Amino acid sequence: MATELGPTPVKPASGGTPVHHGPKGVGEDNKILSQGKWASWLLAPTIIALAVVIVYPIISAIVMSFQKDAGLDPVTGLFTAGGPAGVQNYVNWIAQQCAAPGGGTVACPPGTLGAQFWSATATTFLFTVITVTFETILGFWMAMIMARTFKGRSLVRAAVLVPWAIPTAVTAQLWLFIFAFEGIANKMFNASILWTGSEWPAKWAVIIADTWKTTPFMALLILAGLQMIPAEVYEAAKVDGATAWQRFRLITLPLVKPALMVAVLFRTLDALRMFDLPYILTGGANNTTTLSILVINQIRQGFNAAAALSTITFIIIFIVAFIFVRFLGANVVEQSGATGKGKK
Amino acid sequence: MSTGTAPTALRAEQDRGRRASQNREKWAQARTYISAAVILIWCLAPAYWMVVTAFREVGFTYDTSLLPTHVTLDNFITAFDTSFGNRFGQALLNSIFIGVTVTVISLVIGVFAAYALARLNFRFKYLVLGFILGASMFPGVALITPLFQLFTNIGWMGTYQALIIPNISFVLPLTVYTMTSFFREMPWELEESARVDGCTQGQAFRKVIMPLAAPAIFTTAILAFISSWNEFLIASQLSSDATQPVTVAIASFAGAQPNQIPYTAIMAAGTIVTIPLVILVLVFQRKIVAGLTAGAVK
Repeated sequence: MATELGPTPVKPASGGTPVHHGPKGVGEDNKILSQGKWASWLLAPTIIALAVVIVYPIISAIVMSFQKDAGLDPVTGLFTAGGPAGVQNYVNWIAQQCAAPGGGTVACPPGTLGAQFWSATATTFLFTVITVTFETILGFWMAMIMARTFKGRSLVRAAVLVPWAIPTAVTAQLWLFIFAFEGIANKMFNASILWTGSEWPAKWAVIIADTWKTTPFMALLILAGLQMIPAEVYEAAKVDGATAWQRFRLITLPLVKPALMVAVLFRTLDALRMFDLPYILTGGANNTTTLSILVINQIRQGFNAAAALSTITFIIIFIVAFIFVRFLGANVVEQSGATGKGKK
Repeated sequence: MSTGTAPTALRAEQDRGRRASQNREKWAQARTYISAAVILIWCLAPAYWMVVTAFREVGFTYDTSLLPTHVTLDNFITAFDTSFGNRFGQALLNSIFIGVTVTVISLVIGVFAAYALARLNFRFKYLVLGFILGASMFPGVALITPLFQLFTNIGWMGTYQALIIPNISFVLPLTVYTMTSFFREMPWELEESARVDGCTQGQAFRKVIMPLAAPAIFTTAILAFISSWNEFLIASQLSSDATQPVTVAIASFAGAQPNQIPYTAIMAAGTIVTIPLVILVLVFQRKIVAGLTAGAVK
């Protein structure tokens, strides 16, 4: 992922330990061995904790997803305990099929959760693509401004942290108020839109609120990337007569690309699991139900079907992450990726 | 060779050039200030609107004056009023308790892991790093179904531990890689010289590195606390009325009339929830930005 221009800002990830060249002596091997022992003691608590809070639930979700939900048997009217279901839960979601009275399956009637899988997937991807695009463009622009020297720069840099620091649940209530029928958004634009009352206004309400909340995070990451580019590179380009656009396209973009890709990756994965904002802002009404909201709604109707859906969500996110890392050059691990802590 | 005219023409040309570039620079500077103003308004206006609304009398909820004209502190009292089923005060205490517990546990465990990842050479290092990173990108909904069932079965629904334990899955990975990137910047030569002076590795870590790492640990603690404070998904499903944190309390704020949203009280509650974080973030701005971006670009 090295760019053609100049040194990449990627630091060797070996940390403070000097890289050893030449043949290894016996002492060296011992050192690595003892470091390995130390490392396993130091890492054990974290690994165990993550195994308990993440690995165990994943495995248990996968096991659950292959079980039938307990419930009333539509044929006999008796309570049944479930039992193995094979891939039926997955098929039900993907083919949008529901249990039919009298056995077998039928296409889920509109309005039921089972009928919402593809629309929720589409909504999730729509939100992701639009918000990440907006956030990248706006964030890049903000970062370019914040990288300049001007009076009050630190004020601007502090201000961008404000939307980031506000909890998402509060952000959602705040924008619900802004988008209220008598709210400031309608008054400012002299409109009378029922923002949360119909499909596209509701979607835009979520998109605008999310963009407001997370653009600063993007801007800060891009700014950090911009500041890694040495000023001499720009001066040399200026001397050589490069225009501002050429400098941006040939220096800024390729050199900031590693940081940018990591930021875009983290934001994308964050957007794919979006929950709080649409859940509070629209309650998932008017086609703003994301996959995460659908899982939560499903939990009350059947754990195992919900587990299948959450596994599908997990797989989708995994595939997107894989594509980023494999094909788009987001080298997360080597950059030690301290980015994902933007919003939770 | 005309010796008289050429230099004057040249100088005039240079003057013109300098003036033009000065003008360009002034114009560029002006554009920077305009852009900066736009960023400031974009970031602060909605937050400002929340604070202003928090001080408005209920009858003036939808007032559009930039400064509150009918100022009152009633909304802050209403926010804590429990008669409509809201438990904001209790939720604040819950959030503080959950946030502090999660932060402390994550830091205690995470600092050791971060030290190992930044400082030691061992097999599977990148595998571990990748696992921790993957954990931080993990979708919360994938945890909630099995946890919901598990906690129902063992009678943990609505308990504090049912909120604290899953929360660690978000906060611990964040703690580990923030600390890892901080640890990579530390002057480890000091540790080496302490070792030379006869300290064991453990002593060197405790006596030399920990004091140096204190500011980084503090910054990480703030980031961890904010992350925990913001958590909504898990808490919205696994908490009870008694254990719900502020995010859940605010999301389900009820008013006196069933179909009227008590916006002024909600904005007051939002202000209370946000102001400490914003102050914390602004005071430690530089460090927080360093923590947020540390490993991202290096």
